[in-house]
Amino acid sequence: MTVTAISSRRRRGAPQGQGVAGWVFVTPVVIILGIFLVVPIVMALWVSVSDWSGSGSPFTSQVHFVGAKNYTSVLNGQGLTAQTFGLAVRNNLYYVLYVVPLQTALSLFLAVMVSRRAMKGRSFFRMAFYFPSVTSSVAITVLWLFLFSGSGVVNKVMSYLSISGPDWFNDPNGVGTQLFHLKESGWLATGNFLGIDWYQWLAGPSVAMSAFIIMAIFTTSGTFMLLFIAALQNIGEDTEEAALIDGADAWARFRYVTLPLLRPTLYTVITLGLIGTWQIFDQIWIGTHGGPAYTTTTPAYMAYDTAFSGNWGKGAAIAFILFGIIIVMTLVQRLILGEADATKMTRKQLRLDRAQRAASAAAAEKTTGRAR
Amino acid sequence: MRKSRIAAIAALGTAAALALSACGGSGFSSSSAGASGTASASANTTPLTILIGSSGTAETNAVTSAVSAWSQKSGIQATVIASSNLEQDAAKGFAAGKPADILYTSPADLATWAKAGNMYAYGDTLPNKSDFYAPLVKAFTYNNQFYCAPKDFSTLALEINTTMWQKAGLTNADIPTTWAQLDAVGQKIKAKGMVPLTFGPQIERVGAFMAQAGGSLVSADGKTATVNSAANIAGLTEVQKLLKDGTAAYSNTLHNAGWGGEAFGKQYAVMTIEGNWITGAMQTDYQNVKYKVVQLPAGAQKGTLEYTNCWGITAKSGNVGGAESLVQYLTSTNQQLAFAKAFGVMPSVQSAKAQWIKDNPAMAAFVDGASYAQNLPSMPGAAAVITDFDQKLPSLATTSPKSILDAEQKNLQAAINNG
Repeated sequence: MTVTAISSRRRRGAPQGQGVAGWVFVTPVVIILGIFLVVPIVMALWVSVSDWSGSGSPFTSQVHFVGAKNYTSVLNGQGLTAQTFGLAVRNNLYYVLYVVPLQTALSLFLAVMVSRRAMKGRSFFRMAFYFPSVTSSVAITVLWLFLFSGSGVVNKVMSYLSISGPDWFNDPNGVGTQLFHLKESGWLATGNFLGIDWYQWLAGPSVAMSAFIIMAIFTTSGTFMLLFIAALQNIGEDTEEAALIDGADAWARFRYVTLPLLRPTLYTVITLGLIGTWQIFDQIWIGTHGGPAYTTTTPAYMAYDTAFSGNWGKGAAIAFILFGIIIVMTLVQRLILGEADATKMTRKQLRLDRAQRAASAAAAEKTTGRAR
Repeated sequence: MRKSRIAAIAALGTAAALALSACGGSGFSSSSAGASGTASASANTTPLTILIGSSGTAETNAVTSAVSAWSQKSGIQATVIASSNLEQDAAKGFAAGKPADILYTSPADLATWAKAGNMYAYGDTLPNKSDFYAPLVKAFTYNNQFYCAPKDFSTLALEINTTMWQKAGLTNADIPTTWAQLDAVGQKIKAKGMVPLTFGPQIERVGAFMAQAGGSLVSADGKTATVNSAANIAGLTEVQKLLKDGTAAYSNTLHNAGWGGEAFGKQYAVMTIEGNWITGAMQTDYQNVKYKVVQLPAGAQKGTLEYTNCWGITAKSGNVGGAESLVQYLTSTNQQLAFAKAFGVMPSVQSAKAQWIKDNPAMAAFVDGASYAQNLPSMPGAAAVITDFDQKLPSLATTSPKSILDAEQKNLQAAINNG
């Protein structure tokens, strides 16, 4: 009876009925996505090329199209907005440059360590390392403000080592300037890219930004450690054992077996890291509001700050420029890691590839079965 | 049964689509009714909302009870909303086309919002217009229109820790009235191992020295930036000298204090430059510190800066007349004196001056500054220049004052030209 019911239903739900039902089921999501995703993006795009002053809807006749004016005022290297944006890009670039490699390396290291069978209390360490990731960034930033204050714990500890610590969050001096004793003179004082000279580009992250860099590495390594642990568990014992039998030492096993197998995860972690670091906002907003001397201003924070001081068009333009930066950075990263090749495969190739893999897997199954 | 389920889902989907598109629709429609600044000033019974950026429960309670007293008298309902981020809440209201009827408005906000057509100008029709201090009226005048009634104000004055003062061997006769005397007492205090003077590394405090040197950031007509004038360079050089000599220190360099008041309250320094809001902090957080308030020492002339807010009425308010009458009630002499008692502000009307000094004899210096106080520039775009100043002044000790001022001269002139 059940069999006939199912088959009759299958027959009745023929082509036309299914199409309508499909659309009915999809409509709510399409509408929700449209209203909460597509429309706001289109609105923001329009605001970024308009002179909207923040009063009423941006789609009225009082709001005019101004072309690329908002974009040029941010990018032309002249005036206050452009200079601040140049500094914001510099700050964030250094932030990304330090945070992404360091957090990737640290999270990989932690993952390998806590995945070792021989290690005691593995689950405790996993939890301990993951803990900063589940804590709210607001709480961590406030904690950081205390730790890194002029008379805070960090400076206290440094003083035991006879190092007088800087006044972290109030120190606008570039780390690069201090290490290499750069002076804003000669050819360094020349040049103008995005409104700031070479000296400022080379100054490196400020001491204040360094505190944020350390914080980001501390908080996000735990998250990415989890991704690496999952990938490490996928590799399995036998691969490692095989390498062991072949006479590979610990380093060689890691370098030539584990690391290549982790490549897809590495790609994910770096991509997520790149996107996340370019979007840093909440820590800045809570911690420093972009100071001292703009050295912790980031494009995301600047977009907010500019928009809410009445320059909605410029704020939206900064947001779209940031979007462009993130896209470009991600593409560059794809190119470097060679992941692009995989996606260039045509569908036919993919299907062939899949079929091949299935066949070899089946063959392997057969051999192991026989061996057993 | 299956059919009816599909029908139900379809109906639900359509309903959701309709509801959502209706929501979206209202965002697009142009509802510019009442945007003009000439709405009739007769009151109706539409309820009012008042958005305030409160300094604490004392202020919120005082405003709420004053407003509800007015509601009972006028029969117009009014709700007070205390916002922790007033500019952001106001921006949301303006964008949605439904802003609060009355809101705290700073001079810089007024210029931005008035330029966007969000504000209703009613200042010139106020019956007690001439009672407000003239610099305050000037602060809330945009495009030659006096927009809104000043709520209250404060000027900067010099606070002196009397206990530390005596410890340094100084008496009332030593209270500095000129820069030279400030230097002299500074050296004496420094010799005793104390920090003489502290203030925040911002133009909002440092600018007072520029005013004392006879300078100002914009010309009297507001048309030209005069940031790198000789007087301003002299003022900033004096600050640099104080910092280099160690007779003054920025508050953030004293154990990371958040502002001058904190450094002063924690007795890191003998003197500070703050407005009358410091009295509230001293009362709640640092009751044991004995201090007195005097006028700032003069350079080439007496000079100080003043800070104020007004009761802005929004152009899209449904009851502009009611809002105006509420503001008149709130800025009346008696009500302002009541606010002064409740949360320590200084009335914006001259008719309350005598009574206020009688009630607060120790704080007379704040109101004395009103006759010569300056406002920081407030045209749209000036806020970004002020922020830029605040980002550069922390490194004043090692930068040339002229190079800071030259850069800001360009920036401020650009802001004026765009304004």
